[in-house]
Amino acid sequence: MYDDIAAISTPPGEGGIAIIRLSGSGVIEKASKIFKPRRSEIDIRQKEGYSMTLGWIINAEGEAIDEVLLALMRAPRSYTGEDVVEIHCHGGILPARRCLETVMRQGVRIAEPGEFTRRAFLNGRLDASQAEAVIEIIRAKSDKSMQLALKQLGGRNSEYIHTLEDRLLELNAMVEGSLDFPEEVGELEYDRAEAIIRELIDIIEQLIRAGKRADVYREGITIVICGKPNVGKSSLLNTLVRKDRAIVTSIPGTTRDVIEEQIIIKGIPVWLMDTAGIHVTSDVVEKIGVEKSQEVIREADLVLFLLDAEEGITDDDLEIYRSIENQNLIILVNKEDLEEKNITSREINQHFPGLKVIKVSAKEEQGIEELEDSIEEMVLGGELQSDDLEIMINLRHREALLRAYQHLQDALQELDQVTLDCLGVDVWGALEALGEITGKNLREEVIDRMFQDFCIGK
Amino acid sequence: MIYNAGSYDVIVIGGGHAGCEAALASARMGCETLMITLSMENIANMPCNPSIGGPAKAQLVREMDALGGEMAINVDQSAIQMRVINTGKGPAVQAIRAQADKHEYHNKMLKTLLNQPRLKIVMAEAEEIETRGGAVSAIITRTGARFSCRAVVITSGTYLKGRIIIGEIAYDGGPGNQFPAIKLSDSLRRLGLQLGRFKTGTPPRIYRRSVDFSKMIEQPGDDLPLRFSYMSPRVTRTQHSCWLTHTTPATHKIVMDNLDRAPMFTGIITGIGPRYCPSFEDKVVHFAHKDSHQIFIEPEGRDTEEMYIQGLNTSLPEDVQVKVLKSIPGLENVAIIRTGYAIEYDYLPPAQLRSSLETRQVEGLFTAGQINGTSGYEEAAAQGLIAGINAALKIQDQEPLILKRSEAFIGVLIDDLVTGDIDEPYRLLTSRAEYRLLLRQDNADLRLTEKGRKIGLVDDERWRVYNEKKTRLEHDIGVLKKQTYTPADLDMSNFLESKDSADLKDRISLWELLRRPEIRIKDYTEMGWLNQEDEDILEQLEIQAKYEGYIKKQEEQVRRFEKMEGKLIPADIDYDEVFGLSNEARHKFKQIKPESIGQASRVFGISPADINVLLIYLEKKRRK
Ligand SMILES: Nc1nc2c(ncn2[C@@H]2O[C@H](COP(=O)(O)OP(=O)(O)OP(=O)(O)O)[C@@H](O)[C@H]2O)c(=O)[nH]1
Ligand SMILES: [Mg+2]
Repeated sequence: MYDDIAAISTPPGEGGIAIIRLSGSGVIEKASKIFKPRRSEIDIRQKEGYSMTLGWIINAEGEAIDEVLLALMRAPRSYTGEDVVEIHCHGGILPARRCLETVMRQGVRIAEPGEFTRRAFLNGRLDASQAEAVIEIIRAKSDKSMQLALKQLGGRNSEYIHTLEDRLLELNAMVEGSLDFPEEVGELEYDRAEAIIRELIDIIEQLIRAGKRADVYREGITIVICGKPNVGKSSLLNTLVRKDRAIVTSIPGTTRDVIEEQIIIKGIPVWLMDTAGIHVTSDVVEKIGVEKSQEVIREADLVLFLLDAEEGITDDDLEIYRSIENQNLIILVNKEDLEEKNITSREINQHFPGLKVIKVSAKEEQGIEELEDSIEEMVLGGELQSDDLEIMINLRHREALLRAYQHLQDALQELDQVTLDCLGVDVWGALEALGEITGKNLREEVIDRMFQDFCIGK
Repeated sequence: MIYNAGSYDVIVIGGGHAGCEAALASARMGCETLMITLSMENIANMPCNPSIGGPAKAQLVREMDALGGEMAINVDQSAIQMRVINTGKGPAVQAIRAQADKHEYHNKMLKTLLNQPRLKIVMAEAEEIETRGGAVSAIITRTGARFSCRAVVITSGTYLKGRIIIGEIAYDGGPGNQFPAIKLSDSLRRLGLQLGRFKTGTPPRIYRRSVDFSKMIEQPGDDLPLRFSYMSPRVTRTQHSCWLTHTTPATHKIVMDNLDRAPMFTGIITGIGPRYCPSFEDKVVHFAHKDSHQIFIEPEGRDTEEMYIQGLNTSLPEDVQVKVLKSIPGLENVAIIRTGYAIEYDYLPPAQLRSSLETRQVEGLFTAGQINGTSGYEEAAAQGLIAGINAALKIQDQEPLILKRSEAFIGVLIDDLVTGDIDEPYRLLTSRAEYRLLLRQDNADLRLTEKGRKIGLVDDERWRVYNEKKTRLEHDIGVLKKQTYTPADLDMSNFLESKDSADLKDRISLWELLRRPEIRIKDYTEMGWLNQEDEDILEQLEIQAKYEGYIKKQEEQVRRFEKMEGKLIPADIDYDEVFGLSNEARHKFKQIKPESIGQASRVFGISPADINVLLIYLEKKRRK
């Protein structure tokens, strides 16, 4: 009956678990495309209602985004009365958002405020006496999200959005003017149209990038230190945290559990994790520690991979590297203070081509500055603008911006390939997507703009 | 002294473009119909530019034709020029535009009306709408005739309290110096209807022989056998040219020097005018950086001396109009036949109407055309047709004909009117339609003929032509889809090479191949792959194949949108009872009274939360 919707249904920043709830007739099918069950023989499409399945949410490349518990409820026996899938992420809000974005890519849209409750009501899952309560929820949620959206539209954001809107209106007015008033407006000025589309694409790219950077400041990142036993991981944690947090000894296998500390690096909140040295072991406790290390490594935003300068690159190192080479990586050559060095830059290039490599000494606190700079650069992706911090884009806005972006890319492709009426579909689509952010009556605005820009009339 | 002058099913007040369609539709649907007009000479008059069609408007004309309306046939028979506008910009916006012989258009329509069984025309001024129990019961004329009836369609155009303004001079009058309709406005007000005031204007008309055409650029028509109506024969008509000239800095100076005498600026004119049809003095003031504007000189008919000056609507004093004209190249020795004027008139803000064009206030009272705040002959006629149809359906105790936004430009037009805040004379634009690619002038018959047949307006001959076209079209689509070629096919390779088109990679059907821009349907008939000569069918095949992707996309959007359109809001809903509605929404809904959730969501300023609240209220009501 209705289309498929999704939302993160736990408040952000609370607890380690975030739940993404999906509802609609297509959600089980769509979830099956992005969910890889731990037991590969399971097909969630065959599952009964009220079942739970352990597995991973995977992206388009088949890589795991987060380990999750997937709960499935079938219509009409669910909260909304439709098929419902709940994805319980335990990596906190960041992986949860990534999961949600993956879900959205399957053609599931973000729910409006209170939409789950509304569906529950309309599908007869709540009785009539609850109608008022449902409306309270809808009103409260949408008013709150309006306030939030308004706040977010203040400052630099509104300037960007204003420019976007202005150019899109101009572009639409050019196209529509040429179609509706061909004699007065004449042919579309293709050069001008192309320039506007390129400018728009550029602004949206900047906004999305800045938004991502702002997310990093707001929500923080996880960095995991990994490497073979005794390479100096705990020492590095202590150095970065600037206190003796982890036990440091010369005995390999000292650290057995994941140690987590929160620090600020260049203004970015960082959850820093020290892990048990990865190697083959028969010690039961150590073994659990190693498995756990591997798990946190998979979920990390950034991995610091330590090598021992004195020992040189060993087979163990290369084995570990193979298991983490798809992650965001910085290679640290530790114990740089020691006399004897057995790692050449040739070797590094050969084994870890194209990666950032920094020579450090965890003990003597050498190279730490460079490490911090590199971390900042890695997570923010290069150039940083001072006004980034003011740019906050919520997921709904981002979705709208991405849709506008896609339409503009299509329009650019089509520009002189298709007839103007078809081009109009994408140019209009871009404006409509933006309209979801600004909430204006766009048809009238375009018509107003047409009369403002062109001398129309017989 | 009021006397009983007869009894009718439907009375149409007004004989303009809306009135003609309304009266014909009603009579053709079997209702005893009376048309009351101020003057026989003004039946189907074109007081502005005698031109019909163009973007969005051509679609309207074709849609009316498919439903069994008259405008298309009438203009086909009286056109002195036809052109295709927007060629090369895509089928959705391509549009025929015709220049009609004003007198012939009037004569032909008058003849059709006079020959229509069950339709009578009477020349009179309708003064009073009589009601009984909230429903119309009769119309009383100024001279005391009482015509009883069960439904009324008012198509009073710009006649209601019409007031003509030329410079410092202002007097009561209808368009073209006719009598205005003074009393009807008061009758409408007494019935509880609200009226507003709009303004529009026309340019001066001049003698053909006073124009020096050597200083102008000729604009010939297209030598193609064009036609609006699917029923008209394809004829290539003698094309009468239009002529292009332009204003000069001297023209603009004359305007600027006389602004203190321009009623637009002195405050004599208070009604709101249309932005897309501004007065020339407006254009000069608002686009001060432009030192020249285009002026088209267009013949008003085949044999008439009268020429229309497109681009020069004005209510400047007559002496200034003369000076302005003489400053334009080619018009140095101009002689004026009619002076340009502005006209102010009462209109009925259309939020007071249902989608059937019946007023919510008075049962059986319909309004159509300029009285509803629109402009344009086509917009008027389209509303007239729908109002006439719905008046007849009402009398036959049947559901009204309401076209959806996704079905017809007529649907877009009426939906915009009844849900919108119309604050200037409304003109239809293709940009107002969400599903423009579906609402093309080429497929109006495929979209609407069946509906026209169902209500009884499509006669057997039109029905036969339609069915034949449809059958042949479906047959040919089958042929093109079935006929496939592989990369190994020699005939095909040679053909592609001759068209500068890339080699095939896989097996492909002729239908799919048609998506390539360089491949045209005519190539197929030339190659003998398709046996079809009918231009309409060839055009249809080509459009449907080439734009299939876009068309499918829009059809998908329509399916989503239709869910909301299908959720009806009961007419007796009490918005004060709807808990949780924002004050703004409550106010707007009370005023506009949307008929479906879809309409409600299009009301300006309504948030998704308001729509949700409304949905929940309706569901709660349903369960009780
Ligand atoms: N000279 C020198 N010694 C270091 C450096 N970093 C660590 N060490 C020494 O190496 C030994 C192991 O250090 P840890 O930090 O415990 O190593 P780890 O990688 O955490 O080891 P496990 O927890 O056992 O996997 C200790 O004796 C440290 O003092 C360094 O930069 N230079
Ligand atoms: Mg350790």
